[in-house]
Amino acid sequence: MAQVSSIAEEQATTPLSASKSVLLRISRFNPETDESNKFMEFSVPYQKWTTVLEAILDVKKHFDHSVAVRYSCRQATCGSCGMLINGKPRLACFTKISELNSNVVTVEPMNNFPVIRDLAVKFERLFDTHQKIKPYLIRDDTELESDEKEFLQSPEELENFIQFANCIKCGLCNSACPTMTTDSSFVGPQALAQAYRYVADSRDKGKDSRLDIIDESHGIWRCHFAGSCSQVCPKGVDPAMGIQFLRGYLLGFRS
Amino acid sequence: MTQDENKEGIKGMANPGRYGIERIAYLLMRLTGLGLLGYFIAHVYETSNILRGRMGWDEFLALTQTTEGHIFLVLVIGMCVFHTGNGIRIMLGHGGVGVGKPARPDYPYDPASQNYRHKIGIYSSIVLAAVAMMYGMAVMFGE
Repeated sequence: MAQVSSIAEEQATTPLSASKSVLLRISRFNPETDESNKFMEFSVPYQKWTTVLEAILDVKKHFDHSVAVRYSCRQATCGSCGMLINGKPRLACFTKISELNSNVVTVEPMNNFPVIRDLAVKFERLFDTHQKIKPYLIRDDTELESDEKEFLQSPEELENFIQFANCIKCGLCNSACPTMTTDSSFVGPQALAQAYRYVADSRDKGKDSRLDIIDESHGIWRCHFAGSCSQVCPKGVDPAMGIQFLRGYLLGFRS
Repeated sequence: MTQDENKEGIKGMANPGRYGIERIAYLLMRLTGLGLLGYFIAHVYETSNILRGRMGWDEFLALTQTTEGHIFLVLVIGMCVFHTGNGIRIMLGHGGVGVGKPARPDYPYDPASQNYRHKIGIYSSIVLAAVAMMYGMAVMFGE
């Protein structure tokens, strides 16, 4: 289906002052009724600061409110609006149309995630693998008891893992990973980077149990250091770095 | 589009265009690995021809003295050199060597693990493979 419409033709109640327009191609797919996806095309006006998410919401407002897209914070914090934008996984709220340097913007659901509808994908597996690596501090004592103080940590110790604590679980890294394109059982860069986040935390004592979890055939050994996960991360987490450090522990390069 | 996992499959794995030189190196590493595996099997078959006696051996060896045989060996040289050079880079990276240090990230969030050392390693492997192939061609075709 190729439906070309123009907001300029619409009798919109909101005045639009854009000088440029872009052809927005949105992948439409309902797994319950469709055999394959179709693209709907819309001519959308944009400003220098217009994000892809705003363009999609413009389409929902003016043309087709049935376009399914997940979003919430609009400021790259909630990790909800990950999608393929011109073939590359990105957050729609964090990608300006003007930065894409293209007159055509194609948006599709992220790869390696089951599609719910249109641009919305299921995150169950991502959350399952995240949970699998025990994303919490493991130790025998607790700071919650009344006579205990909080666990102290130096700024240097914080630097070891704070980068990896920036993960917003948007799934872009899992979508870009070349191993995940073929291996349904691979634990994925998101979970592996989070495993490193806790292993590197000086307050945590669960290093051995986490290394046991990822030291399996579909675990860390399936990462081949292509680095695509780090290139698409919108928060600078650099999962590839964390994964190699983790593997360094298993190979005896680090202790 | 499949309903289940929406995976790109081999096509996505082999599409190096979107993620820079590191993803191209990833693809080349897979291709050269498969090529060298094929060569290894062919090599075992080739050397087993010695069981056919001297004539059988010479007969088979003559295949490598043809233009096609030379081109095949030049490709093997290139695959071998790239796979070795890039393999050393990856082995060091897998141990956490040369992948940078964790730090608070700043916009535009250039990943430290994809640093110039690794890029130099990849480009060097490609250049070394090209030089080795040219040398191989000079030796084999220069006779």
